[in-house]
Amino acid sequence: MADKITLEVARYDPERHTEPTFEKYEVPFRKDWVILDALNYIKDRLDGSLSYRWSCRTGICGSCGMMVDGEPKLTCATFLSSYAPGPVRVEALRNFPIVRDLVIEMTDFMVKLKKVKPWIVRENEKPISQGEYLQTPEQLENYKQFSMCINCLLCYAACPVYGLDNLFTGPAAIALAQRYNLDSRDVGARERREILSDHEGIWGCTFVGECTEVCPKHVDPAGAIQQYKVDAAIDWFKSFLLPRGAK
Amino acid sequence: MTEKPVYTEFHPRWYRTRVSTYWWLDRTPYVKFILRELSSIFVAFFVVITLLQIRALGQGPQAYPAFQQRLQAPIMVILNILSLLFVLFHTITWFNLTPKAIVLRVRGRRLPDLLIAAPNYVAWLVVSGVIAWIVTGG
Repeated sequence: MADKITLEVARYDPERHTEPTFEKYEVPFRKDWVILDALNYIKDRLDGSLSYRWSCRTGICGSCGMMVDGEPKLTCATFLSSYAPGPVRVEALRNFPIVRDLVIEMTDFMVKLKKVKPWIVRENEKPISQGEYLQTPEQLENYKQFSMCINCLLCYAACPVYGLDNLFTGPAAIALAQRYNLDSRDVGARERREILSDHEGIWGCTFVGECTEVCPKHVDPAGAIQQYKVDAAIDWFKSFLLPRGAK
Repeated sequence: MTEKPVYTEFHPRWYRTRVSTYWWLDRTPYVKFILRELSSIFVAFFVVITLLQIRALGQGPQAYPAFQQRLQAPIMVILNILSLLFVLFHTITWFNLTPKAIVLRVRGRRLPDLLIAAPNYVAWLVVSGVIAWIVTGG
């Protein structure tokens, strides 16, 4: 087994470069190292100017998403050994503006996320004295999968629809909207529908399905979007057939 | 490479990647997706052929053999074979995707994907069988 592996890391300095270029770094090849360990080695020992985001190292915080050999990956959960003998290309997440090196600008996602109201909407809050809102295991199961999202944005990097038209609300935001729609404590589905049933919402999705493939938390955003399409279509039919609409 | 820094009010100049027109050639799943989208043209082709066939039938026993003759032209045979392949691809890929869109729960448990996809195939076989039975003269 070779004791070194080469990383080709995309570098972009807005003050000096017009576009990203690749710089090669040789790092120790260790079986227990993930791509993020190699980046940390570069930052500590080889080139302190390398910029990238990371935090937890355990696949929870969703900060270290990058393109590894052209695929969106959480770098803390992607082993160097999968890419032996190298070289491995590491780039900033696709479909987002690059601020510097491997750091992307994600305001667009944050704005969209807030728009779909990813919180429990209640008509009336019950007084604390009445206790908590109870849920059965089945009610939890309804939305649990979609609640696993860590906002790492790998799904946006995998989505060609978002790449071509970034007005599209996108996989994670819709999956998170669906997480609250399916929650038995929530009554916000109607408010969310206006945003989600928009042309830029669920109907923008052409079901490429890659968001689901790259999701490190098995959220299945593609499934969430298609299920929402079915719900929205049924509601639309009901609004025609029933006297008082789909209430 | 060196250029004067351009700042906006709050941030330095971002780099935006332009998506290539040939983005769908980047990865196999994208190619498969584009082929699935493209298959709709061949589905439409079959619909048009069927409508023309019905019209030819309506024009009487003299017109129909002429229509059949036209369908036997090599270009039409090739087009039909190509369309059949695309329509099969269309059908199978969409049938396999149904479990993503339809979630059924029985006693709180989500039905496995196979049970959602399989009825499509069963219905397909049954309908094909009935048509074959009619065509072969019952």
